[in-house]
Amino acid sequence: MNQFLRSLTPTQQVAALFVIVFGLLTIVSVVTLLVGFRERRNAAHDEAWQRELQDFRKLLRTSWFMVAIFWIGWALGETVATLLFGLIAFLALREFITLSPTRRGDHRSLILAFFVVLPIQFILVGTARFDLFTVFIPVYVFIAIPVVSALANDPSQFLERNAKLQWGIMVCVYGMSHVPALLLLSFPGYEGKSAFLVFFLVFVVQTCMVVQHLIGRRFAYSAAEGRPPLQRWLAREPFAPNVSRSFNWASWGVGMAIASAVGALMSFITPFRFGQALAMALIACVAGSMGHLVMKALKRDRGIPNWGQKGGGVTGANGLLDRVDALCFAAPIFFHSVRWYFGV
Amino acid sequence: MLAKLVGWMLLGVVRLLTGAQARWYGCPPKAEQRIYFANHQSHADLVMIWAALPEELRSITRPIAARDYWANTPFKRWITTEVFNAVYVERGNAPPAATAPPAVPAAPPERIEPSMEPETPLPAQLPLVAPEPAVETVPPPASEGPDPLAPLIEALTSGDSIIIFPEGTRGHAGEPQKFKSGLYTLATLFPDVVLVPAWIDNIQRVMPKGEVVPVPILCSVTFGAPLQVEAGEERRPFLDRARAAVIALRDV
Repeated sequence: MNQFLRSLTPTQQVAALFVIVFGLLTIVSVVTLLVGFRERRNAAHDEAWQRELQDFRKLLRTSWFMVAIFWIGWALGETVATLLFGLIAFLALREFITLSPTRRGDHRSLILAFFVVLPIQFILVGTARFDLFTVFIPVYVFIAIPVVSALANDPSQFLERNAKLQWGIMVCVYGMSHVPALLLLSFPGYEGKSAFLVFFLVFVVQTCMVVQHLIGRRFAYSAAEGRPPLQRWLAREPFAPNVSRSFNWASWGVGMAIASAVGALMSFITPFRFGQALAMALIACVAGSMGHLVMKALKRDRGIPNWGQKGGGVTGANGLLDRVDALCFAAPIFFHSVRWYFGV
Repeated sequence: MLAKLVGWMLLGVVRLLTGAQARWYGCPPKAEQRIYFANHQSHADLVMIWAALPEELRSITRPIAARDYWANTPFKRWITTEVFNAVYVERGNAPPAATAPPAVPAAPPERIEPSMEPETPLPAQLPLVAPEPAVETVPPPASEGPDPLAPLIEALTSGDSIIIFPEGTRGHAGEPQKFKSGLYTLATLFPDVVLVPAWIDNIQRVMPKGEVVPVPILCSVTFGAPLQVEAGEERRPFLDRARAAVIALRDV
C-alpha cells in the first residue's frame, strides 16, 4: 500500500487524498441519513436526539463545503486557490468590521482596506513576492490607514478606531494570506506537493480546535462532587472565565497533544521528518488556539458569543470568522517558522 | 432581459457587500398583498429591502422611490423602473409626506404641502385631530398639486405590495423620526392589506451621505408581526404605534 502510494506522481497522491476524504464524507453522510430515519421510543429523548443530529448535520454540511472548496482550489490551480482564500479573507473582514463600530470618518479607510489593501496583498502572494508580502501590511499599510483617517478630519477615539481597523486587517487579511502562500513554498524534492502542506496546517489546527471543543462540551465545569477522576481533571475551572468559559489548561494540553500527534503521524505527506512534523504541528496549534482565545476576548468586548450570533445574526453574519480565526493566527507563524527553519 | 441580467448582477453585488439577509420574525414571507414600512437611513434602503425579499415576492412588491433622487439621471431612472419596478413619488419631502415636519420651520413659505387628508373617508376625523400641532390641522388645499399618494393608491389598487418609508426623509442616526400620516391613510383606504413593519440594520454604515463607494458591511432586514388599524384608532396614536413596532425590531 505504502509502496503503491509512493510510486504515484505528486498529483496522483493529492488526488488520492481527496478521494479518501470525499469517500469518508460520503460514508458519514449516508450513515447520518439512515440514522435520521430511526425513531426513538421515548419522545423526550427523541427530541434531544434529533437536535443533536441537526447539529451534526450542520457540521457535516460545513465540512462538505470546505472540502469542496479545497478541491476546487487545488483542481483549478494556485491562482484560483489564492482567489478563494482572498474571498474568505474578504468575508471574514466584512464580519469583523460589521461588529466593530465605525464612524463616518472611517469610510475612506475602510474602502482602502477592502478594495486596495486586500487585493494587493493577495496579488503579492499570488506572484510569490515573499519579501514584499510579509512587510506590505505591517509597514506600508499601517502608515497609510491612519493617514487616511486623519485626513477624514474626525479625531474622536482616533487611536481606538484605527487600532480596530488595523487589527482586523492583520488578522483577516495578513493572517489568511499566509495560507495560500504555503502553496508557493518550494522545498527541494517536494515540487507539486505544496497542497499537502496546506492540508496539513488546516487539518492539524482544526483537529486541535475540535478536540478542545468536544472536551469543553463533554466535561463542562460544574462544582458537583463525586465525579470520576478523569472528568474532574479535565473539567477544571475555566482559567479566564471573563474571556472564555471553556478554556482551561488541562483541556488545552490534551488538545495540543492529540493534534501534534496527528500532525506527527501525517509527517509522510509533508517535507518534514517525524519530529519536525510534531514540532511544526505543535507550533501551529499553540498559535491557532491562542489566537482563538484572543478573538474570544474581542467578541466578549463586543458583547456577542459568536461572530454570527444573536439567533441567526442581526447583522446577517454567519460566523465564518469563528471557523477561520484559529487558522488566521496559525498560518503566519507556521509559514515563517517553516521558512526560517528550512531556509526556503 | 437586460433588466433581469442587471438585476441578478446587482443582487450579487449587494449580497457580496452586505449579505442582504432577511429575518422573518413576526410573519413568514408570503405572497399576500402587503405594505412593508421601514426605517429610512439611506437611499440604499430601497435596494437593500429589494434584495432581501425572496425572488417570488420581489416581483409583486414595488418599492417607493423619491423622484428627485432616483429619476435625475437616465441610468437611475432606468434601473428604478425596470429593475426595481419602483413607484415614483414626488416629495415635497418624501413619499408619504403629508404635512411638513414640525422640525422644519425654515421651509420656504411658498412651498405648498400637498394634501394628505384623503378625499375619501373619515370626514368626522378632523375635529379629533385638534390636539395635534397646528401644522397638521391646517386644512390643506386639496385641489393644488397632485396627491402624492396617488401612485401608491394606484399600485395597491392593482394588487401589488408596496414598500414605504413613512419617515419621509432619511434619519440621521439612531431613532427614526416621527412617521408621516401617509401610512395611516393607506391603511384606512386598504383595510385588507397587511401592514408589515421592517427594520433595516446597518445600511447607513455601508454608504454614508456624500460617499459614492460602498463599503462591505453586513446588513439585515428584520420583518415583524403585522399591524392593523384598530377600530376607531386615530392617526397619531396609530403612527406612533407603527413607529414603535419598527423600532422594536432593532433589538430582536
